Amino acid sequence: MDKIPDKLSSSSEKNEVLNLEETELRLGLPGSEFSDKKAGNGFSLFGKDLKDETNNGFSQNPLKNIFSGAKRGFSDAIDGSNKWGLCINGGSEVDLGKNDVLFSPRGGGNVGVKNTNILQSCQPTTPQPVEGKKIEHGSTTPASKAQVVGWPPIRSFRKNTLATNLSRNNDVTGNSGPGCLYVKVSMDGAPYLRKVDLKTYCSYADLSSALEKMFSCFTIGQYASHGLRGKEELSECHLMDLLDRSEYVLTYEDKDGDWMLVGDVPWEMFTDSCKRLRIMKGSEASGLAPRVIEKCKGQN
Amino acid sequence: MAYSFPEEVLEYVFAFLSSDKDRNAVSLVCKSWYEIERWCRRRIFIGNCYAVSPQIVIRRFPEVRAVKIKGKPHFADFNLVPEGWGAYLYPWISAMARSYPWLEEIKLKRMVVTDESLELISKSFKNFKVLVLSSCEGFTTDGLASIAANCRNLRELDLRESEVEDLSGHWLSHFPDNFTSLVSLNMSCLGSEVSFSALERLVSRCPNLKTLRLNRAVPVEKLPSLLRRAPQLVEFGTGAYSAEIQTDIFSNLVEAFSGCKHLKSLSGFWDVVPAYLPAMYNVCSRITSLNLSYATVQSPDLVELISQCPNLKCLWVLDYIEDAGLKALSSYCKDLQELRVFPSDPYGAEPNVSLTEQGLVTVSAGCPKLQSVLYFCRQMSNAALIAIARNRPNFIRFRLCIIEPQAPDYLTLEPLDTGFGAIVENCKELRRLSLSGLLTDRVFEYIGTHAKKLEMLSIAFAGDSDLGLHHVLSGCESLRKLEIRDCPFGHKALLANAAKLETMRSLWMSSCSVSYGACKLLGQKMPRLNVEVIDERGSPNSRPETCPVEKLYVYRTVAGPRVDKPDFVWTMDEDAALRLS
Repeated sequence: MDKIPDKLSSSSEKNEVLNLEETELRLGLPGSEFSDKKAGNGFSLFGKDLKDETNNGFSQNPLKNIFSGAKRGFSDAIDGSNKWGLCINGGSEVDLGKNDVLFSPRGGGNVGVKNTNILQSCQPTTPQPVEGKKIEHGSTTPASKAQVVGWPPIRSFRKNTLATNLSRNNDVTGNSGPGCLYVKVSMDGAPYLRKVDLKTYCSYADLSSALEKMFSCFTIGQYASHGLRGKEELSECHLMDLLDRSEYVLTYEDKDGDWMLVGDVPWEMFTDSCKRLRIMKGSEASGLAPRVIEKCKGQN
Repeated sequence: MAYSFPEEVLEYVFAFLSSDKDRNAVSLVCKSWYEIERWCRRRIFIGNCYAVSPQIVIRRFPEVRAVKIKGKPHFADFNLVPEGWGAYLYPWISAMARSYPWLEEIKLKRMVVTDESLELISKSFKNFKVLVLSSCEGFTTDGLASIAANCRNLRELDLRESEVEDLSGHWLSHFPDNFTSLVSLNMSCLGSEVSFSALERLVSRCPNLKTLRLNRAVPVEKLPSLLRRAPQLVEFGTGAYSAEIQTDIFSNLVEAFSGCKHLKSLSGFWDVVPAYLPAMYNVCSRITSLNLSYATVQSPDLVELISQCPNLKCLWVLDYIEDAGLKALSSYCKDLQELRVFPSDPYGAEPNVSLTEQGLVTVSAGCPKLQSVLYFCRQMSNAALIAIARNRPNFIRFRLCIIEPQAPDYLTLEPLDTGFGAIVENCKELRRLSLSGLLTDRVFEYIGTHAKKLEMLSIAFAGDSDLGLHHVLSGCESLRKLEIRDCPFGHKALLANAAKLETMRSLWMSSCSVSYGACKLLGQKMPRLNVEVIDERGSPNSRPETCPVEKLYVYRTVAGPRVDKPDFVWTMDEDAALRLS
């Protein structure tokens, strides 16, 4: 029986690992840490990386890159993002390794500092859904504990019922209510759907980044089939090609059963009314919120 | 040795054996007993749908009438198993449709059930009687409509805690007018309103209806009409138990409840308005089971209700009951056997209610028959656990969830090892245990030493090293299911106790430190186990072998590797190393 080496991977081994970072697909706020955080080019899954472009007054729109770069005007649906309680998780992925999220949420003191070293060295990027990343921003987020996935162990049915109970009871404390809210996320063309807890995100940017990580495995497959491997750089025509193919739009079903574009309403209102999410092909989304489309056309 | 004991006689005798264990024992006596037994086995329990294939089951047991199948691992309840993992019912139904035309019962837990499966069930089994879907998902109310429309002899339709895509309430209206055989209906997990008149007519024409659990959409003022039509009800679940206080609604309720002389179990109570609770007082003396776990009612109102239920055996309640309410419970309900206390605000930073370890201590002292506990709280001490263990050595299920992971004894700041140690040492019949709080390898030493009847163990954020896991795997002789999350266990204990895994149903380890290389080795070493790595970061081959896997699910099987795996699950076996590279 072969001995399993106890020594964990050194950084040199790490570099030899297939480096997906350069072809990594991510949603990015123009000029945000998302675009900046990794070496190489961040190609936005859902739209052009607008890092280097001038702002045109759209700079603070977190949803910009959910829509394809060509239809940048969709993002105009959000005016003045400040009131939406934007929460930028600067370098959040890099911190994930340090965050001890698997062993103790914030507030648990230092008792949980076990084995993070093992995880850090093996996981340059951990595309797990956001765990325990609730960052308190004074005015906007409630003072609830950082959440670990699946803890405390309460079934979804009970959690969702609690959620409805709390919001119906008009909390005196003024908390935004329940601690978690699982919704299903489907993506056109993906073989199965995912579930996300909306309460672990505090902004549209947060959510879109997590979704991108979750579903990138499906689109990476597409890229592979177009002949991109490893560190091969994309030429401009490739890029436009990909963007055309990957025009995805994030939509949600609200309490009334209507499908809406994500980003039209304040974040809190969105989490209160969102029942499920769907990442649909841009071509199918044209029927939604025609008012917004008109607005965009007007702007362009 | 030839003896001419007629087969028919043996078959007749075997028919009295209802327990699977007895039947399994009988089938091992000799070849002819094996043959006779397999032809007359009518009920099958499959604890893990991937441990065996439909074909193998059907080949061995050709005359089955009732199946019970469990799918996803328990931690799927807490969203630790990614969507698309598996546990599909369809292959089972399609095989059974051909081979078990006389199938009467299907009971499922944590399986993915589609409308297609439901339709196939409804059309394939002429004598179909019982459908129980516990924590299942994947189907819509259209599937329920097929069942309602086609299962002429249906007795039970129980959807407990399933996730149903609720397209409309119209499915209920598909029960034909001449359908009268319903005995049990549990639709409490559904959201949509069903046609109330259809429901009334259904209840009226089914004289054997014993269990009716409504969904939230049925308002309280409509309850009397249903209760009056079904005075023989034994189990009843209300809908939303709230309305503007109106005296006639209240008096109707009182009257309707008093007509139900056989009611033993009550549940529902969403959005409960406390003023309506007294409407039930005149049935409370017979009540043995009360599920108030959705009732956001404060302690005094709860106590008033509970004080009317001296025969209570099972109580599920929110922590609004507080220590004071539990004290009252312990004095009024001396027959109590099972208690579950759920958190009303699990994510709040501060406690919102005055529920502490004291409540559990009091109940353990005052209720001599208490044997099963699920308790969520925010603080615990070794002293309390020791007291509980001494008070109540007859526990068979003890599940404690201290909300903050790795919370120490709040009095001494020590780990809770000795407290849980006392539990396993005193409660010699303990079959199920869930741990929480700050725990070192010591607690596992206690468990391995004392918990000889333990069948299921759940561990989270506990332990220091592989020694902890080794204690459990080497010491717990009756262990069947082990589920572990966020513990610093690596591969050493696992590999050293690999043979143990063949005596268990399954092992789950997530966010631990088991390396990919170790998983491969385990898979190679143990061909009768499926060693499955679940990793959403992409193929484990893209990372070093020493890198820990995200999640590991190991189970014994005679069916070989799964053929329906999603792309984030890999089976470690002899071929794996070759196929993946």
